[in-house]
Amino acid sequence: MMRFILPFVVFMIMAAFMYVGLNLNPHEVPSPLVGRAAPAFTLPQLHEPSKQFSPQDMKGKVWLFNVWASWCTACEHEHPVFMDLARKNIVPIYGMDYKDQRADGEAWLRKHGNPYVLVVSDAEGRVGIDYGVYGVPETYVIDKQGVIQHKQIGAVTPEILDEKILPLIRELQAK
Amino acid sequence: MKYLLIMLACLLPVASFAGEAQDMAADPVLEKRMIGLAENLRCLVCQNESLASSHADLAEDLRREVREQMQKGLSDQEIIDYLVSRYGDFVLYDPPVKRTTLVLWYGPFVLLLVGIGMLLFQLRKRRSRVMDMELTDEDVRRAAELLNQTAETAQTADESAGIKKDPKA
Repeated sequence: MMRFILPFVVFMIMAAFMYVGLNLNPHEVPSPLVGRAAPAFTLPQLHEPSKQFSPQDMKGKVWLFNVWASWCTACEHEHPVFMDLARKNIVPIYGMDYKDQRADGEAWLRKHGNPYVLVVSDAEGRVGIDYGVYGVPETYVIDKQGVIQHKQIGAVTPEILDEKILPLIRELQAK
Repeated sequence: MKYLLIMLACLLPVASFAGEAQDMAADPVLEKRMIGLAENLRCLVCQNESLASSHADLAEDLRREVREQMQKGLSDQEIIDYLVSRYGDFVLYDPPVKRTTLVLWYGPFVLLLVGIGMLLFQLRKRRSRVMDMELTDEDVRRAAELLNQTAETAQTADESAGIKKDPKA
């Protein structure tokens, strides 16, 4: 009897590990930045390059920082979610146009709509490196103290927004 | 003239790689150090490639970043810390021993020990099973019969082949 039970148990344990493994997304690397202060930067704005923006300007507010680019197809899928969210006026959304040409970024926003309070332009991708960006779109939830509370790698879907991001924002806003 | 043109055409693909080679020219010693470091770092975009071999845009940016930090005089360890603080331990092909990586580091040895243990257990069990076998009189008789039979057939076979056996043997 033992001869059959033991291999079966071993098989079931392996199957359980593999089943869990199948559902893991290797592209979701936990960011060491969550729980730490959002890296400081000063970047020119996309629409008015003479003006600058830096995250210190946002102290005291909960905000979303969305990294996108005109060359990023997943950004197109996620964009309606932000358009919708912007209309609801729950949280200010700031954008960063990552490794993109200014004209392309502006044209993309004209075509798909602009949900952002303002957009900064990270043409060389240096601020992207500071934020550990490795696949756009990426979205950060930053709290009133300027600490990154959540990093969403990949497109924000309506489900992720309703189940993860919005509850977190409400909780942070109440603090 | 025709052959010269053909030979020139063969050189064309090499020329198209010139864009990549240009960073090498600046400082070969630094470039070698950078590649050496980048070989032990994972590219986050194409995760089974090292930062040194990846052609992803981000890998190029990170190589530039590493190069610049080396020019600033930072040590390899400082540069690794810089990347880990942004991308996590995941960028390291040689992950540090931590509570979360204990299974990764020692799991295989535990499995090996369990395997050796099970093998020894099985071998011991098998040995005791073999020793426990006792021959009954009936078994001895049957064995002897079988042995005689083969001996006889062997003999007849030898005789038919014309081999004479020493009767004393």
